[in-house]
Amino acid sequence: MTKDKQEMWVFIECFKNGKPKNIGLELLNEATKITKEKNIRVVAIILGNNIIETTKYVIYAKAEKVIYINNKNLEIYNTEAYVTNFYNLIKNYNPQTILIGATSIGRDMAPRLSARLKTGLTADCTKIEIEELSDNIIWTRPTFGGNLMAQIVCLENRPQMGTIRAGVFKKAELNFSNKGTIIEALYILTNNKIKLIEEFLDNENEEINLEEAKIIVSAGLGIKNTKGVQLVKELASELNASLGASRAVVDSNLISRIHQIGQTGKTVSPKIYIACGISGAIQHLVGMKTSDKIIAINSDEDAPIFSIADYKIVGDIFEIIPELINKIKLSKKD
Amino acid sequence: MNILVCIKQVPNTDKIKIDNEKHTLIREGVESIINPFDAYALEFANRIKDNDKNTNITVISMGPDQAKKALTSALSLGADNAFLISDKKFRGSDTLATSYILSQSIKHLEKTHGQFDLILCGKQAIDGDTAQVGPEIAENLNYPQITYVREIDVLKNSFRIKRETDEGYQILEVPFKCLMTITKPSFDLRFPSLKMKMKAKKTIIETLDLSLLSNIDTNYIGLKGSPTKVKKTYVNEIIKQSISINGSPKEIANELFKIIEK
Repeated sequence: MTKDKQEMWVFIECFKNGKPKNIGLELLNEATKITKEKNIRVVAIILGNNIIETTKYVIYAKAEKVIYINNKNLEIYNTEAYVTNFYNLIKNYNPQTILIGATSIGRDMAPRLSARLKTGLTADCTKIEIEELSDNIIWTRPTFGGNLMAQIVCLENRPQMGTIRAGVFKKAELNFSNKGTIIEALYILTNNKIKLIEEFLDNENEEINLEEAKIIVSAGLGIKNTKGVQLVKELASELNASLGASRAVVDSNLISRIHQIGQTGKTVSPKIYIACGISGAIQHLVGMKTSDKIIAINSDEDAPIFSIADYKIVGDIFEIIPELINKIKLSKKD
Repeated sequence: MNILVCIKQVPNTDKIKIDNEKHTLIREGVESIINPFDAYALEFANRIKDNDKNTNITVISMGPDQAKKALTSALSLGADNAFLISDKKFRGSDTLATSYILSQSIKHLEKTHGQFDLILCGKQAIDGDTAQVGPEIAENLNYPQITYVREIDVLKNSFRIKRETDEGYQILEVPFKCLMTITKPSFDLRFPSLKMKMKAKKTIIETLDLSLLSNIDTNYIGLKGSPTKVKKTYVNEIIKQSISINGSPKEIANELFKIIEK
Protein backbone atom coordinates (compact mmCIF):
# COMPACT_ATOMS: atom_id res chain seq x y z
CA MET A 1 0.00 0.00 0.00
CA THR A 2 1.47 3.32 -0.97
CA LYS A 3 0.97 6.45 1.00
CA ASP A 4 -0.70 8.20 -1.92
CA LYS A 5 -3.45 5.67 -2.35
CA GLN A 6 -6.59 7.54 -3.35
CA GLU A 7 -9.42 7.57 -0.88
CA MET A 8 -13.19 7.45 -1.20
CA TRP A 9 -14.75 8.83 1.95
CA VAL A 10 -18.14 7.79 3.27
CA PHE A 11 -19.84 9.93 5.89
CA ILE A 12 -21.37 7.77 8.62
CA GLU A 13 -24.36 9.62 10.03
CA CYS A 14 -25.05 8.61 13.64
CA PHE A 15 -27.90 8.81 16.09
CA LYS A 16 -27.56 10.86 19.26
CA ASN A 17 -26.48 7.69 21.07
CA GLY A 18 -23.57 7.24 18.67
CA LYS A 19 -25.02 4.28 16.75
CA PRO A 20 -24.73 4.44 12.94
CA LYS A 21 -27.78 4.99 10.75
CA ASN A 22 -28.35 2.58 7.87
CA ILE A 23 -27.57 5.12 5.16
CA GLY A 24 -23.83 5.31 5.94
CA LEU A 25 -23.55 1.52 5.98
CA GLU A 26 -25.38 1.27 2.65
CA LEU A 27 -22.93 3.74 1.09
CA LEU A 28 -19.97 1.91 2.59
CA ASN A 29 -21.04 -1.34 0.94
CA GLU A 30 -21.63 0.32 -2.43
CA ALA A 31 -18.32 2.21 -2.22
CA THR A 32 -16.55 -1.10 -1.66
CA LYS A 33 -18.30 -2.61 -4.68
CA ILE A 34 -17.51 0.17 -7.15
CA THR A 35 -13.87 0.49 -6.05
CA LYS A 36 -13.18 -3.25 -6.24
CA GLU A 37 -11.08 -3.18 -9.41
CA LYS A 38 -9.54 0.19 -8.59
CA ASN A 39 -6.70 1.22 -6.35
CA ILE A 40 -8.97 3.20 -4.04
CA ARG A 41 -9.31 2.89 -0.29
CA VAL A 42 -12.78 3.19 1.29
CA VAL A 43 -12.70 5.32 4.44
CA ALA A 44 -15.50 5.86 6.96
CA ILE A 45 -15.76 9.36 8.45
CA ILE A 46 -17.57 9.54 11.77
CA LEU A 47 -18.39 12.73 13.64
CA GLY A 48 -20.39 12.38 16.84
CA ASN A 49 -20.42 11.55 20.52
CA ASN A 50 -20.02 8.09 22.05
CA ILE A 51 -18.97 6.71 18.68
CA ILE A 52 -16.02 4.51 19.71
CA GLU A 53 -18.06 1.31 19.25
CA THR A 54 -19.22 2.57 15.87
CA THR A 55 -15.62 3.00 14.68
CA LYS A 56 -15.15 -0.78 15.05
CA TYR A 57 -18.60 -1.58 13.69
CA VAL A 58 -17.97 0.19 10.38
CA ILE A 59 -14.85 -1.89 9.84
CA TYR A 60 -16.98 -5.02 10.16
CA ALA A 61 -19.25 -3.32 7.60
CA LYS A 62 -16.32 -3.10 5.10
CA ALA A 63 -14.54 0.22 5.84
CA GLU A 64 -10.78 -0.20 5.35
CA LYS A 65 -9.98 2.83 7.45
CA VAL A 66 -11.86 5.07 9.86
CA ILE A 67 -11.26 8.69 10.77
CA TYR A 68 -13.37 9.96 13.62
CA ILE A 69 -13.92 12.93 15.89
CA ASN A 70 -15.60 12.10 19.18
CA ASN A 71 -16.88 15.16 21.04
CA LYS A 72 -19.99 16.06 23.00
CA ASN A 73 -20.50 19.14 20.81
CA LEU A 74 -21.11 16.73 17.92
CA GLU A 75 -23.81 14.75 19.71
CA ILE A 76 -26.63 16.62 17.99
CA TYR A 77 -25.99 17.71 14.41
CA ASN A 78 -25.33 21.41 13.98
CA THR A 79 -24.22 22.88 10.69
CA GLU A 80 -21.21 24.94 11.77
CA ALA A 81 -19.52 22.35 14.00
CA TYR A 82 -19.96 19.57 11.45
CA VAL A 83 -18.96 21.59 8.39
CA THR A 84 -15.87 23.10 10.04
CA ASN A 85 -14.65 19.81 11.45
CA PHE A 86 -15.34 17.88 8.25
CA TYR A 87 -13.67 20.62 6.19
CA ASN A 88 -10.59 20.39 8.35
CA LEU A 89 -10.32 16.63 7.84
CA ILE A 90 -10.63 17.06 4.07
CA LYS A 91 -7.90 19.70 4.04
CA ASN A 92 -5.59 17.38 6.02
CA TYR A 93 -6.16 14.21 4.03
CA ASN A 94 -7.26 15.31 0.52
CA PRO A 95 -9.74 12.57 -0.36
CA GLN A 96 -10.65 12.10 -4.00
CA THR A 97 -14.36 11.42 -3.47
CA ILE A 98 -16.88 12.03 -0.67
CA LEU A 99 -20.22 10.20 -0.38
CA ILE A 100 -22.83 11.62 1.99
CA GLY A 101 -26.38 10.38 2.61
CA ALA A 102 -29.11 12.60 1.14
CA THR A 103 -30.78 12.84 4.54
CA SER A 104 -31.91 16.11 6.09
CA ILE A 105 -28.48 16.28 7.78
CA GLY A 106 -26.56 15.37 4.64
CA ARG A 107 -28.47 17.85 2.51
CA ASP A 108 -27.82 20.59 5.07
CA MET A 109 -24.11 19.86 5.48
CA ALA A 110 -22.92 18.82 2.00
CA PRO A 111 -23.74 22.02 0.06
CA ARG A 112 -22.18 24.27 2.69
CA LEU A 113 -19.11 22.05 2.72
CA SER A 114 -18.84 22.05 -1.07
CA ALA A 115 -19.11 25.85 -1.16
CA ARG A 116 -16.31 26.13 1.41
CA LEU A 117 -14.19 23.72 -0.65
CA LYS A 118 -15.27 25.38 -3.92
CA THR A 119 -15.87 21.99 -5.47
CA GLY A 120 -18.70 20.19 -7.28
CA LEU A 121 -21.54 18.47 -5.48
CA THR A 122 -24.28 16.35 -7.06
CA ALA A 123 -27.50 16.04 -5.07
CA ASP A 124 -29.72 13.10 -4.33
CA CYS A 125 -28.10 10.42 -6.47
CA THR A 126 -29.62 7.00 -7.06
CA LYS A 127 -26.61 5.42 -8.79
CA ILE A 128 -22.84 5.88 -8.63
CA GLU A 129 -20.17 4.36 -10.85
CA ILE A 130 -16.56 5.11 -11.69
CA GLU A 131 -15.76 6.12 -15.28
CA GLU A 132 -13.68 3.47 -16.96
CA LEU A 133 -10.64 5.48 -17.96
CA SER A 134 -10.59 8.09 -15.22
CA ASP A 135 -11.27 8.47 -11.54
CA ASN A 136 -14.43 10.50 -12.21
CA ILE A 137 -17.58 9.33 -10.55
CA ILE A 138 -20.65 9.27 -12.79
CA TRP A 139 -23.41 10.51 -10.51
CA THR A 140 -26.92 9.56 -11.70
CA ARG A 141 -29.86 11.47 -10.25
CA PRO A 142 -33.55 12.02 -10.96
CA THR A 143 -34.48 15.58 -11.88
CA PHE A 144 -37.55 17.46 -13.19
CA GLY A 145 -39.69 15.91 -10.48
CA GLY A 146 -38.44 12.44 -11.37
CA ASN A 147 -39.31 12.71 -15.07
CA LEU A 148 -35.71 12.92 -16.22
CA MET A 149 -32.52 11.14 -15.17
CA ALA A 150 -29.25 13.09 -15.38
CA GLN A 151 -25.68 11.82 -15.29
CA ILE A 152 -23.34 14.36 -13.74
CA VAL A 153 -19.54 14.40 -13.63
CA CYS A 154 -17.09 16.62 -11.76
CA LEU A 155 -14.08 16.71 -14.04
CA GLU A 156 -11.39 18.86 -12.47
CA ASN A 157 -12.25 19.78 -8.92
CA ARG A 158 -11.42 17.44 -6.06
CA PRO A 159 -12.83 16.13 -3.88
CA GLN A 160 -15.80 15.23 -6.04
CA MET A 161 -18.87 15.09 -3.83
CA GLY A 162 -22.36 13.68 -3.93
CA THR A 163 -25.32 13.06 -1.68
CA ILE A 164 -26.99 9.69 -2.21
CA ARG A 165 -30.53 8.67 -1.35
CA ALA A 166 -31.24 6.28 1.48
CA GLY A 167 -32.48 2.80 0.61
CA VAL A 168 -31.00 2.64 -2.88
CA PHE A 169 -28.20 0.30 -1.83
CA LYS A 170 -28.09 -2.59 0.60
CA LYS A 171 -25.74 -2.63 3.58
CA ALA A 172 -23.15 -5.39 3.91
CA GLU A 173 -23.39 -8.44 6.13
CA LEU A 174 -21.06 -7.80 9.07
CA ASN A 175 -17.76 -9.67 8.99
CA PHE A 176 -16.17 -9.66 12.43
CA SER A 177 -12.78 -10.75 11.14
CA ASN A 178 -12.37 -7.57 9.06
CA LYS A 179 -9.40 -5.42 10.04
CA GLY A 180 -8.77 -1.73 9.47
CA THR A 181 -6.96 1.38 10.67
CA ILE A 182 -8.73 3.69 13.10
CA ILE A 183 -7.55 7.29 13.40
CA GLU A 184 -8.81 9.81 15.90
CA ALA A 185 -8.78 13.47 14.83
CA LEU A 186 -9.09 16.48 17.11
CA TYR A 187 -12.26 18.47 17.50
CA ILE A 188 -12.09 22.11 16.48
CA LEU A 189 -14.18 24.52 18.49
CA THR A 190 -16.58 26.56 16.36
CA ASN A 191 -18.68 29.64 16.87
CA ASN A 192 -22.20 28.29 16.61
CA LYS A 193 -24.72 31.13 16.44
CA ILE A 194 -27.72 28.81 16.33
CA LYS A 195 -29.07 27.74 19.70
CA LEU A 196 -31.07 24.52 20.05
CA ILE A 197 -33.99 25.16 22.38
CA GLU A 198 -35.87 21.92 22.12
CA GLU A 199 -35.93 18.77 20.06
CA PHE A 200 -38.92 16.55 19.39
CA LEU A 201 -38.23 13.09 18.05
CA ASP A 202 -40.93 10.91 16.56
CA ASN A 203 -38.91 7.85 17.44
CA GLU A 204 -35.64 8.32 19.20
CA ASN A 205 -32.59 6.34 18.11
CA GLU A 206 -34.41 4.03 15.78
CA GLU A 207 -35.44 4.02 12.20
CA ILE A 208 -38.55 2.80 10.62
CA ASN A 209 -36.85 0.27 8.49
CA LEU A 210 -38.74 1.09 5.32
CA GLU A 211 -35.59 0.62 3.27
CA GLU A 212 -35.13 -2.93 4.48
CA ALA A 213 -38.75 -4.01 4.68
CA LYS A 214 -39.81 -7.15 2.77
CA ILE A 215 -43.40 -5.98 2.48
CA ILE A 216 -44.60 -2.37 2.51
CA VAL A 217 -48.24 -1.40 2.82
CA SER A 218 -48.46 2.17 1.61
CA ALA A 219 -51.30 4.66 1.95
CA GLY A 220 -52.41 7.35 -0.49
CA LEU A 221 -55.16 9.96 -0.21
CA GLY A 222 -57.69 7.24 -1.10
CA ILE A 223 -57.58 6.20 2.55
CA LYS A 224 -59.48 9.41 3.18
CA ASN A 225 -59.42 9.64 7.00
CA THR A 226 -58.13 8.22 10.28
CA LYS A 227 -60.40 5.23 9.81
CA GLY A 228 -58.60 4.48 6.55
CA VAL A 229 -55.26 4.93 8.29
CA GLN A 230 -56.28 2.37 10.93
CA LEU A 231 -57.26 -0.07 8.21
CA VAL A 232 -53.94 0.23 6.40
CA LYS A 233 -52.03 0.00 9.69
CA GLU A 234 -53.90 -3.15 10.62
CA LEU A 235 -53.12 -4.74 7.27
CA ALA A 236 -49.43 -3.83 7.69
CA SER A 237 -49.36 -5.31 11.15
CA GLU A 238 -51.07 -8.55 10.04
CA LEU A 239 -48.56 -8.93 7.23
CA ASN A 240 -45.58 -7.98 9.41
CA ALA A 241 -45.05 -5.20 6.92
CA SER A 242 -43.79 -1.61 7.24
CA LEU A 243 -46.12 1.32 6.73
CA GLY A 244 -45.45 3.71 3.85
CA ALA A 245 -47.26 6.84 2.71
CA SER A 246 -47.51 9.23 -0.21
CA ARG A 247 -46.62 12.90 0.23
CA ALA A 248 -50.26 13.93 0.02
CA VAL A 249 -51.14 11.78 3.03
CA VAL A 250 -48.19 13.11 5.00
CA ASP A 251 -49.10 16.69 4.10
CA SER A 252 -52.62 16.06 5.39
CA ASN A 253 -51.07 15.04 8.74
CA LEU A 254 -52.67 11.59 8.56
CA ILE A 255 -49.36 9.71 8.77
CA SER A 256 -46.02 11.09 10.02
CA ARG A 257 -43.32 12.16 7.61
CA ILE A 258 -40.84 9.38 8.42
CA HIS A 259 -43.13 7.06 6.47
CA GLN A 260 -43.03 9.13 3.29
CA ILE A 261 -41.94 7.37 0.12
CA GLY A 262 -40.96 9.18 -3.07
CA GLN A 263 -38.87 12.00 -4.47
CA THR A 264 -38.86 13.97 -1.21
CA GLY A 265 -39.15 10.89 1.01
CA LYS A 266 -37.51 7.50 1.04
CA THR A 267 -36.59 5.14 -1.75
CA VAL A 268 -37.68 1.58 -1.20
CA SER A 269 -37.58 -1.71 -3.08
CA PRO A 270 -39.37 -4.39 -1.07
CA LYS A 271 -40.43 -7.81 -2.34
CA ILE A 272 -44.07 -6.67 -2.22
CA TYR A 273 -45.39 -3.12 -2.33
CA ILE A 274 -49.10 -2.72 -1.70
CA ALA A 275 -50.30 0.71 -2.79
CA CYS A 276 -53.64 1.50 -1.13
CA GLY A 277 -55.45 4.46 -2.65
CA ILE A 278 -52.26 5.94 -4.11
CA SER A 279 -52.86 7.68 -7.42
CA GLY A 280 -49.18 7.50 -8.34
CA ALA A 281 -47.65 10.88 -9.06
CA ILE A 282 -44.25 10.47 -10.74
CA GLN A 283 -42.66 11.82 -7.54
CA HIS A 284 -44.06 8.82 -5.69
CA LEU A 285 -43.26 6.30 -8.41
CA VAL A 286 -39.53 7.13 -8.44
CA GLY A 287 -39.37 6.11 -4.78
CA MET A 288 -40.86 2.62 -5.16
CA LYS A 289 -40.83 1.55 -8.81
CA THR A 290 -38.01 -0.97 -8.27
CA SER A 291 -40.13 -3.05 -5.87
CA ASP A 292 -40.29 -6.71 -6.99
CA LYS A 293 -44.08 -7.00 -6.98
CA ILE A 294 -46.37 -4.01 -6.99
CA ILE A 295 -50.00 -4.45 -6.03
CA ALA A 296 -52.15 -1.36 -6.55
CA ILE A 297 -55.68 -0.87 -5.27
CA ASN A 298 -57.44 2.26 -6.44
CA SER A 299 -61.01 3.23 -7.26
CA ASP A 300 -59.90 5.26 -10.30
CA GLU A 301 -59.09 2.88 -13.13
CA ASP A 302 -56.97 5.53 -14.87
CA ALA A 303 -54.75 6.14 -11.84
CA PRO A 304 -51.10 6.37 -13.01
CA ILE A 305 -50.05 3.91 -10.31
CA PHE A 306 -51.48 1.15 -12.52
CA SER A 307 -48.88 1.87 -15.21
CA ILE A 308 -46.21 0.30 -13.02
CA ALA A 309 -48.36 -2.19 -11.11
CA ASP A 310 -47.92 -5.95 -11.52
CA TYR A 311 -51.40 -6.48 -10.13
CA LYS A 312 -54.16 -4.00 -10.81
CA ILE A 313 -57.24 -3.88 -8.63
CA VAL A 314 -59.90 -1.32 -9.42
CA GLY A 315 -62.05 -1.14 -6.32
CA ASP A 316 -62.82 0.28 -2.93
CA ILE A 317 -60.08 -0.18 -0.35
CA PHE A 318 -62.68 0.07 2.41
CA GLU A 319 -64.25 -3.10 1.07
CA ILE A 320 -61.19 -5.03 -0.07
CA ILE A 321 -58.74 -4.44 2.78
CA PRO A 322 -61.07 -5.68 5.56
CA GLU A 323 -61.65 -8.87 3.55
CA LEU A 324 -57.93 -9.31 3.10
CA ILE A 325 -57.29 -8.78 6.82
CA ASN A 326 -59.95 -11.42 7.59
CA LYS A 327 -58.37 -13.86 5.19
CA ILE A 328 -54.92 -13.41 6.76
CA LYS A 329 -56.33 -13.79 10.27
CA LEU A 330 -58.14 -16.97 9.26
CA SER A 331 -55.02 -18.46 7.72
CA LYS A 332 -53.11 -17.85 10.96
CA LYS A 333 -55.66 -19.89 12.86
CA ASP A 334 -55.20 -22.90 10.60
CA MET B 1 -36.73 44.37 9.15
CA ASN B 2 -34.81 43.99 5.94
CA ILE B 3 -35.70 40.76 4.15
CA LEU B 4 -34.43 39.28 0.90
CA VAL B 5 -36.24 36.43 -0.84
CA CYS B 6 -34.62 34.40 -3.62
CA ILE B 7 -37.10 32.98 -6.12
CA LYS B 8 -36.77 30.81 -9.20
CA GLN B 9 -39.11 30.53 -12.14
CA VAL B 10 -39.67 26.85 -12.93
CA PRO B 11 -41.80 24.78 -15.29
CA ASN B 12 -44.68 23.14 -13.46
CA THR B 13 -43.08 19.68 -13.30
CA ASP B 14 -46.37 18.09 -12.25
CA LYS B 15 -47.68 18.89 -15.73
CA ILE B 16 -44.73 17.53 -17.69
CA LYS B 17 -45.53 14.45 -19.73
CA ILE B 18 -43.26 11.98 -21.43
CA ASP B 19 -43.27 11.43 -25.18
CA ASN B 20 -43.03 7.64 -25.22
CA GLU B 21 -42.06 7.51 -28.89
CA LYS B 22 -39.32 10.12 -28.93
CA HIS B 23 -38.21 9.31 -25.36
CA THR B 24 -38.14 12.97 -24.39
CA LEU B 25 -40.01 15.28 -22.06
CA ILE B 26 -42.85 17.29 -23.55
CA ARG B 27 -42.09 20.79 -22.28
CA GLU B 28 -44.13 22.77 -24.78
CA GLY B 29 -47.19 24.34 -23.30
CA VAL B 30 -46.07 23.66 -19.74
CA GLU B 31 -46.73 26.81 -17.70
CA SER B 32 -43.96 28.62 -15.80
CA ILE B 33 -44.60 29.22 -12.12
CA ILE B 34 -42.75 30.55 -9.09
CA ASN B 35 -41.11 27.53 -7.52
CA PRO B 36 -43.69 26.52 -4.86
CA PHE B 37 -41.17 26.44 -1.99
CA ASP B 38 -39.98 29.94 -2.98
CA ALA B 39 -43.61 31.10 -2.94
CA TYR B 40 -43.82 29.83 0.65
CA ALA B 41 -40.61 31.73 1.44
CA LEU B 42 -42.24 34.91 0.11
CA GLU B 43 -45.35 34.18 2.16
CA PHE B 44 -43.21 33.95 5.32
CA ALA B 45 -41.71 37.36 4.48
CA ASN B 46 -45.19 38.78 3.89
CA ARG B 47 -46.37 37.43 7.24
CA ILE B 48 -43.48 39.11 9.03
CA LYS B 49 -44.44 42.31 7.21
CA ASP B 50 -48.11 41.89 8.24
CA ASN B 51 -46.96 42.11 11.87
CA ASP B 52 -44.32 44.80 11.38
CA LYS B 53 -45.10 47.40 8.73
CA ASN B 54 -41.52 48.64 9.00
CA THR B 55 -40.38 45.68 6.91
CA ASN B 56 -38.83 45.87 3.48
CA ILE B 57 -38.96 42.86 1.18
CA THR B 58 -36.57 42.60 -1.75
CA VAL B 59 -36.98 39.76 -4.23
CA ILE B 60 -34.31 38.54 -6.62
CA SER B 61 -34.37 35.92 -9.32
CA MET B 62 -31.63 34.65 -11.60
CA GLY B 63 -32.81 33.61 -15.02
CA PRO B 64 -33.68 34.76 -18.52
CA ASP B 65 -35.76 37.86 -19.26
CA GLN B 66 -39.02 35.85 -18.95
CA ALA B 67 -38.30 35.40 -15.23
CA LYS B 68 -39.44 39.02 -14.81
CA LYS B 69 -42.93 37.57 -14.88
CA ALA B 70 -42.22 35.68 -11.65
CA LEU B 71 -40.80 38.86 -10.11
CA THR B 72 -43.87 40.88 -11.11
CA SER B 73 -46.05 38.27 -9.51
CA ALA B 74 -43.90 38.51 -6.33
CA LEU B 75 -44.40 42.27 -6.33
CA SER B 76 -48.16 41.82 -6.62
CA LEU B 77 -48.03 39.55 -3.57
CA GLY B 78 -46.34 42.17 -1.41
CA ALA B 79 -42.61 42.45 -2.23
CA ASP B 80 -41.34 46.06 -2.19
CA ASN B 81 -38.69 45.77 -4.85
CA ALA B 82 -37.45 43.18 -7.31
CA PHE B 83 -34.29 42.59 -9.31
CA LEU B 84 -33.60 40.22 -12.17
CA ILE B 85 -30.07 38.77 -12.13
CA SER B 86 -29.41 38.05 -15.77
CA ASP B 87 -26.53 37.86 -18.20
CA LYS B 88 -25.75 35.60 -21.15
CA LYS B 89 -22.55 34.59 -19.39
CA PHE B 90 -24.53 33.16 -16.45
CA ARG B 91 -25.93 30.40 -18.66
CA GLY B 92 -24.93 26.84 -17.84
CA SER B 93 -24.07 27.66 -14.23
CA ASP B 94 -24.29 24.72 -11.83
CA THR B 95 -25.35 25.21 -8.21
CA LEU B 96 -21.90 26.40 -7.06
CA ALA B 97 -21.66 29.01 -9.83
CA THR B 98 -25.30 30.02 -9.34
CA SER B 99 -24.85 30.51 -5.61
CA TYR B 100 -21.70 32.55 -6.29
CA ILE B 101 -23.58 34.84 -8.70
CA LEU B 102 -26.48 35.22 -6.24
CA SER B 103 -24.15 35.90 -3.29
CA GLN B 104 -22.24 38.56 -5.22
CA SER B 105 -25.57 40.11 -6.31
CA ILE B 106 -26.73 40.19 -2.69
CA LYS B 107 -23.47 41.90 -1.68
CA HIS B 108 -24.04 44.42 -4.47
CA LEU B 109 -27.60 45.09 -3.28
CA GLU B 110 -26.44 45.55 0.30
CA LYS B 111 -24.61 48.71 -0.80
CA THR B 112 -27.93 50.37 -1.62
CA HIS B 113 -30.38 48.41 0.55
CA GLY B 114 -28.32 47.75 3.67
CA GLN B 115 -27.48 44.36 5.10
CA PHE B 116 -30.31 41.84 5.10
CA ASP B 117 -31.56 40.63 8.49
CA LEU B 118 -33.10 37.59 6.90
CA ILE B 119 -32.52 35.82 3.59
CA LEU B 120 -35.18 33.31 2.58
CA CYS B 121 -35.01 30.59 -0.08
CA GLY B 122 -37.28 27.66 -0.84
CA LYS B 123 -35.85 24.37 0.39
CA GLN B 124 -35.38 23.26 -3.20
CA ALA B 125 -36.56 24.01 -6.72
CA ILE B 126 -39.00 21.50 -8.18
CA ASP B 127 -37.11 21.33 -11.49
CA GLY B 128 -33.56 20.74 -10.26
CA ASP B 129 -34.47 19.36 -6.83
CA THR B 130 -30.91 19.90 -5.54
CA ALA B 131 -31.59 21.93 -2.36
CA GLN B 132 -28.01 23.20 -2.64
CA VAL B 133 -28.17 26.84 -3.60
CA GLY B 134 -29.55 28.11 -0.25
CA PRO B 135 -26.83 26.63 1.99
CA GLU B 136 -24.17 27.60 -0.58
CA ILE B 137 -25.29 31.24 -0.51
CA ALA B 138 -25.23 31.14 3.31
CA GLU B 139 -21.64 29.87 3.22
CA ASN B 140 -20.55 32.52 0.71
CA LEU B 141 -22.08 35.30 2.82
CA ASN B 142 -20.89 33.75 6.09
CA TYR B 143 -24.49 33.71 7.36
CA PRO B 144 -25.74 30.95 9.69
CA GLN B 145 -28.16 28.67 7.84
CA ILE B 146 -31.28 26.86 8.96
CA THR B 147 -32.80 24.46 6.44
CA TYR B 148 -36.31 22.92 6.29
CA VAL B 149 -37.95 25.77 8.26
CA ARG B 150 -41.68 25.41 8.92
CA GLU B 151 -42.41 28.25 11.38
CA ILE B 152 -40.75 31.59 12.08
CA ASP B 153 -41.39 33.81 15.11
CA VAL B 154 -39.65 37.16 15.28
CA LEU B 155 -38.17 38.00 18.69
CA LYS B 156 -36.29 41.20 19.59
CA ASN B 157 -32.97 40.52 17.87
CA SER B 158 -33.45 36.95 16.84
CA PHE B 159 -35.77 34.42 15.28
CA ARG B 160 -37.30 31.43 16.97
CA ILE B 161 -37.92 28.80 14.35
CA LYS B 162 -39.29 25.32 13.99
CA ARG B 163 -37.42 23.10 11.54
CA GLU B 164 -38.09 19.61 10.27
CA THR B 165 -35.54 16.84 10.68
CA ASP B 166 -35.66 13.21 9.55
CA GLU B 167 -36.63 12.13 13.04
CA GLY B 168 -39.02 14.91 14.07
CA TYR B 169 -38.46 18.61 14.54
CA GLN B 170 -36.34 21.13 16.40
CA ILE B 171 -36.98 24.55 17.94
CA LEU B 172 -33.97 26.80 17.38
CA GLU B 173 -33.01 30.38 18.01
CA VAL B 174 -30.84 32.28 15.61
CA PRO B 175 -29.79 35.97 15.62
CA PHE B 176 -30.71 38.33 12.77
CA LYS B 177 -28.55 38.11 9.66
CA CYS B 178 -29.15 34.49 8.80
CA LEU B 179 -30.42 32.44 5.87
CA MET B 180 -33.33 30.01 6.03
CA THR B 181 -34.66 27.53 3.50
CA ILE B 182 -38.39 27.00 3.67
CA THR B 183 -40.43 23.82 3.49
CA LYS B 184 -44.18 23.58 3.10
CA PRO B 185 -45.83 25.43 6.02
CA SER B 186 -49.22 24.68 7.58
CA PHE B 187 -50.82 27.81 6.13
CA ASP B 188 -51.97 28.66 2.61
CA LEU B 189 -50.59 31.23 0.22
CA ARG B 190 -52.30 34.60 -0.23
CA PHE B 191 -53.74 35.83 -3.50
CA PRO B 192 -52.80 39.20 -4.97
CA SER B 193 -55.42 41.96 -4.92
CA LEU B 194 -56.39 43.60 -8.19
CA LYS B 195 -54.91 46.87 -6.94
CA MET B 196 -51.57 45.21 -6.15
CA LYS B 197 -51.58 43.45 -9.52
CA MET B 198 -52.01 46.80 -11.32
CA LYS B 199 -49.29 48.40 -9.22
CA ALA B 200 -46.88 45.52 -9.79
CA LYS B 201 -47.38 45.69 -13.55
CA LYS B 202 -46.27 49.32 -13.52
CA THR B 203 -43.20 48.68 -11.39
CA ILE B 204 -40.01 48.60 -13.42
CA ILE B 205 -37.81 45.64 -12.62
CA GLU B 206 -34.14 46.48 -12.81
CA THR B 207 -31.83 43.90 -14.39
CA LEU B 208 -28.45 43.36 -12.79
CA ASP B 209 -26.00 42.10 -15.40
CA LEU B 210 -22.22 41.74 -15.46
CA SER B 211 -21.74 45.43 -16.28
CA LEU B 212 -23.42 46.33 -12.99
CA LEU B 213 -22.14 43.38 -10.97
CA SER B 214 -18.47 44.32 -11.20
CA ASN B 215 -17.72 42.17 -8.15
CA ILE B 216 -18.24 38.96 -10.14
CA ASP B 217 -15.14 37.10 -11.33
CA THR B 218 -16.16 35.49 -14.64
CA ASN B 219 -13.84 32.53 -13.98
CA TYR B 220 -16.40 31.21 -11.52
CA ILE B 221 -19.60 31.50 -13.56
CA GLY B 222 -21.35 29.83 -16.47
CA LEU B 223 -20.46 26.46 -17.94
CA LYS B 224 -16.73 27.20 -17.67
CA GLY B 225 -16.92 28.15 -14.01
CA SER B 226 -19.04 25.18 -12.99
CA PRO B 227 -17.25 22.18 -11.46
CA THR B 228 -20.09 19.80 -12.35
CA LYS B 229 -21.16 19.03 -15.93
CA VAL B 230 -24.15 17.16 -17.26
CA LYS B 231 -22.79 14.15 -19.14
CA LYS B 232 -26.11 12.78 -20.33
CA THR B 233 -29.82 12.90 -19.62
CA TYR B 234 -32.47 10.32 -20.35
CA VAL B 235 -36.18 9.97 -19.80
CA ASN B 236 -37.27 7.94 -16.85
CA GLU B 237 -39.73 5.58 -18.50
CA ILE B 238 -41.71 3.14 -16.51
CA ILE B 239 -44.03 0.80 -18.33
CA LYS B 240 -45.26 -2.53 -17.03
CA GLN B 241 -47.72 -5.13 -18.16
CA SER B 242 -50.13 -5.55 -15.30
CA ILE B 243 -52.55 -8.32 -14.41
CA SER B 244 -56.05 -7.19 -13.47
CA ILE B 245 -57.77 -8.84 -10.55
CA ASN B 246 -61.54 -8.62 -10.67
CA GLY B 247 -64.44 -9.93 -8.69
CA SER B 248 -66.20 -9.33 -5.40
CA PRO B 249 -64.14 -7.82 -2.57
CA LYS B 250 -63.91 -11.29 -1.07
CA GLU B 251 -62.73 -12.89 -4.32
CA ILE B 252 -60.17 -10.14 -4.78
CA ALA B 253 -58.95 -10.58 -1.20
CA ASN B 254 -58.53 -14.34 -1.77
CA GLU B 255 -56.54 -13.73 -4.97
CA LEU B 256 -54.38 -11.12 -3.23
CA PHE B 257 -53.71 -13.43 -0.35
CA LYS B 258 -52.37 -16.07 -2.75
CA ILE B 259 -50.06 -13.54 -4.40
CA ILE B 260 -48.73 -12.23 -1.08
CA GLU B 261 -48.27 -15.70 0.35
CA LYS B 262 -45.98 -16.81 -2.49
